[in-house]
Amino acid sequence: MTLIDTLFPLGWQHYLLGGLTIGAGVALLYLFNGWVGGMSTVFSSSWSWVFHRPFFQQERFLNSRHWRLVYAAGVVLGALVWRFAMAGGEPQHTNVPVWQLLVGGFLAGYGARLGNGCTSGHGICGLGSLQLPSLGAVLTFMGTAFLTANLMRLA
Amino acid sequence: MSMSAHTLSLPKALVTLLAGALFGFGLSVATMIQPEVVLGFLRFQDWGLMLVMGGAAGLALVAYKGFPRWFVRPLLGGQFLTQPAQWNRQTLVGSAIFGIGWGLSGVCPGPAIAALGTGNTDILWALAGIVLGGLVHGLAARE
Repeated sequence: MTLIDTLFPLGWQHYLLGGLTIGAGVALLYLFNGWVGGMSTVFSSSWSWVFHRPFFQQERFLNSRHWRLVYAAGVVLGALVWRFAMAGGEPQHTNVPVWQLLVGGFLAGYGARLGNGCTSGHGICGLGSLQLPSLGAVLTFMGTAFLTANLMRLA
Repeated sequence: MSMSAHTLSLPKALVTLLAGALFGFGLSVATMIQPEVVLGFLRFQDWGLMLVMGGAAGLALVAYKGFPRWFVRPLLGGQFLTQPAQWNRQTLVGSAIFGIGWGLSGVCPGPAIAALGTGNTDILWALAGIVLGGLVHGLAARE
């Protein structure tokens, strides 16, 4: 077995191709519109339509809430195209238990908003603009995610 | 200043939709929409996620550093915005909590949204959790 097979037992090409496609989307949004396309801010900015607390009514959310929702709709569209063009149209499934999805999702949503970014905001956009705080964020969430995922396997 | 920079014209809306579609398609091609693959990375069984993030951040680097030098303004007008990250207690604690949730579920915000397109109804539990987490954070925030 070669090193490549050891590191990437499921192959490596689709990972790189997918990553470059994600990067192309982020680059396109910047080239034409000048906007930094992290994904998690939409989970704060969209609440500004419902709640009038000062936190949600910050200018940075009001300014960007429209395009962030369109951006999220685009993600749904892209996944839908992939499903019908490349995955036979069948709906996908996961075997991760519901409680892990729900509790994990809650912590991921809360943490991403508290830390002002997620795997795309800090990982792709932050590292892509060479920001040290984002490197710190990435190393932090990679660390706790490694720990959590491995502890869960032992449990 | 910032209002005009954010104005969503129809051409800008179409580009935003296309950019999001590339993002969602790329996540799907890279199998990041499968929590099992993400958890496999976090358990050191498959290093693919590094290629995904590296490929995406590499292109983003070209975009964020290159475009403001090569073009006066974005092709559809406005200005090249920056989003400076800050290193403080909130970033540290928030990222640590995010990682725990990510390691527990194998789902992060992008793939959670993409689940609406792939028809993965299981992951909608994670999406609901993220939506709720964002709400609780905002309601608890002092700002």
